[in-house]
Amino acid sequence: MLGRTANGLYWMFRYIERAENIARLVDAGLRVSLTRTGSTDEDWDGVLQSAGVRDEYVELHGKVTTANAIDYLLREKTNPSSVMSCIDSGRNNARMVRTALTRETWEATNECWIELKQLLEKRVKPADLPAVIDTIKRRAGLIRGAFHGSMLRNDLYNFSRIGTFIERADNTSRILDVKYYVLLPAVSQVGSSLDNFQWESILRSVSAHRSYGWVYDAEYRPSNIADFLILNRRMPRSLAYCYEKIVSNLRYLAEDYGERHSAHDTADSIRTMLKRGEIGDVMDQGLHEFLKDFISRNNQLSVEISEGYRFYR
Amino acid sequence: MVLAMLFALYSYGPKSGNAPLAFDEMLTAEDLPRPPYKTYQEWYAAQDPAHLIQKSQDAESIFRKTGITFAVYGHADSSEKLIPFDIIPRIISAREWRKLAQGIEQRVLALNAFLDDIYHKQEIIRAGRIPRELIEKNEAFLPEMIGFKPPGGVYTHIVGTDIVRTGEDQFYVLEDNARTPSGVSYMLENRETMMQMFPELFAMNKVQRVEDYPYLLRQSLASLAPPGCKGKPRVAVLTPGIYNSAYYEHSFLADTMGVELVEGSDLRVIDGKVKMRTTRGYEAIDVLYRRVDDDFLDPLTFRPDSALGIPGIMDVYRSGNITIANAPGTGISDDKAIYSYMPEIVEFYTGRKPLLENVPTWRCSEPDSLKYVLEHLEELVVKEVHGSGGYGMLVGPTASKKERADFAEKLSARPSNYIAQPTLSLSTVPILVNKGIAPRHVDLRPYVLVSDKEVKIIPGGLTRVALKKGSLVVNSSQGGGTKDTWVLED
Repeated sequence: MLGRTANGLYWMFRYIERAENIARLVDAGLRVSLTRTGSTDEDWDGVLQSAGVRDEYVELHGKVTTANAIDYLLREKTNPSSVMSCIDSGRNNARMVRTALTRETWEATNECWIELKQLLEKRVKPADLPAVIDTIKRRAGLIRGAFHGSMLRNDLYNFSRIGTFIERADNTSRILDVKYYVLLPAVSQVGSSLDNFQWESILRSVSAHRSYGWVYDAEYRPSNIADFLILNRRMPRSLAYCYEKIVSNLRYLAEDYGERHSAHDTADSIRTMLKRGEIGDVMDQGLHEFLKDFISRNNQLSVEISEGYRFYR
Repeated sequence: MVLAMLFALYSYGPKSGNAPLAFDEMLTAEDLPRPPYKTYQEWYAAQDPAHLIQKSQDAESIFRKTGITFAVYGHADSSEKLIPFDIIPRIISAREWRKLAQGIEQRVLALNAFLDDIYHKQEIIRAGRIPRELIEKNEAFLPEMIGFKPPGGVYTHIVGTDIVRTGEDQFYVLEDNARTPSGVSYMLENRETMMQMFPELFAMNKVQRVEDYPYLLRQSLASLAPPGCKGKPRVAVLTPGIYNSAYYEHSFLADTMGVELVEGSDLRVIDGKVKMRTTRGYEAIDVLYRRVDDDFLDPLTFRPDSALGIPGIMDVYRSGNITIANAPGTGISDDKAIYSYMPEIVEFYTGRKPLLENVPTWRCSEPDSLKYVLEHLEELVVKEVHGSGGYGMLVGPTASKKERADFAEKLSARPSNYIAQPTLSLSTVPILVNKGIAPRHVDLRPYVLVSDKEVKIIPGGLTRVALKKGSLVVNSSQGGGTKDTWVLED
């Protein structure tokens, strides 16, 4: 396989994952504005931060308003992480690696692009937002379904999966990092409605507000929420889950190619850290420091993969 | 009675009051179906027109979903367009096809012999059949190819010969595309779509297969591996990238052949071989089907600013370690200025009269011809010698007075840049329109694969159709569409 093809698959799936995550963030933000009285502009500030685009937003629009924030996240062309930009980039990568994709996967990606291009051509009316977000999630789901149902489990598959989970780990850790302060024991008062509300919004932005209740008791506890999103190996958006997947896909590549790279050691050590970790220690060590360190190691892994498998050179 | 209604727009009979626009491939002047169309016409008469319109829309959504698109240069906002597809097949009988195929084979063999001669002994020039300056001053002539024999002696691995018809037995070659003819993916996708939508038609008519093209192409390319290739030849398709107008076709061909689709940035010359960067390291390529023009192929030899090519590939080529298809420098054989000499070229190398005719052509570089062309602009088609895609061309009869005057000025300023031909009355075939069917002008591009052992012509090819009533311009960039083309078995 060409290094450029591996690169294209990796980024195709990173962008599609990102598009879906941004849609989920907007969804959580909307939910907040629906259930809360008073000004919600501040909440959108947090959403922009979670998406990692707050500074760029302020440069373009200045003051944070609900309408501008949603538009910036869904369809702003200059925002490379807007849903439309992600779908554009994802589909461009898919075109580039078209010979590596099954017809089903390509068509699901192309149809996603065709529909969203139309839906996001103009600013979305508030009344249409739920339907648009639903379409984004559904379309991303169709791509995933076509991919899982039709792709050969070879190196093409491994690079695609690695892209998905590196992006997802990045997104989950950023969402947590932006809100880490509401999870700190010192400031939180168990049972206060404000906190409950903040925590629920974190869980919603990773579609985990229901599953949380199944795994932990119904009460929101900061350490449980952090445990769920960081260390729980059954939670498909947790850092630990992502790293189980990254490591197993990297292992297949090493076996196939008969060659290990520095990326394998990096991924193994992150996985071990997540597997052995206790949430109490993480909280004691400092959640923010932990997440900051994780984000930078996750990025480092991405670089090492692109070098080891000759994405660019 | 039903038949008469359905064919309301498509009738030449005495009662219709219509005179045929040109030779029609479906109906005779007495409104009887010509033999190849007989079965189809019976089927058509039993169809509900609304149902056919629906099918036509289905076809469009299949094409869009599959991403069978092309880019139109100069349209920033509409970067991806569909080529309209018409669901009525163009049908050719086995007898007609045999005649065409013989003529095409003769012509393609002559093209290869001509190229071999031009880059070696140049006997045709010495024999005084072609002026020397026409070759040596031509931009498509590559001095780098002089004295070099490509693997197997084959220059044009893939040819797309454009053919038009004006009568029952009257065919002309309009153009020999010997560089990188495009459109073959449409031939294949059109057939695929037709078979999905109208399986019953294929049960009723015995249509010769085109589906083997990718397999035959791969086989043909692999059979011409360079002398330096040991073992199973590795084939790859070279594309300029996803923004190229024919990118869909490049990826389609790589995909259906089961070979890598590479860009210049994937390739590097290492140890005298062209190698591609894979996830496991660099691996050698033996045969490169390039869809990149000569100019951009090697920045060390040709355009130094080319980012699409591979520095040093020409050295690898000349030392026998890679096959480039088509060979660099083949453009000298399909140049429009050379075209007018094709009858001499065919006769010179095959020793026989051409089986397929050339369209009579005035070379505007010759003063007498220029005078004639300027005096008869309203009846001629004038083309740029190096133009393609229907750009920079004047269709005299349909142009306005002002357009003709403007063109005359350009023509007088640079006469050698132009050739002129009579406006041919291209044959018509039916297309589906809102009210039924209506005749439109068509051309045909059959695809030819050349190896050192044989010439293979895929039965049929790409039919391009001018969708506008009366229009003679079939180019997809100018509002043309395509059709599935059937060659029937005997």
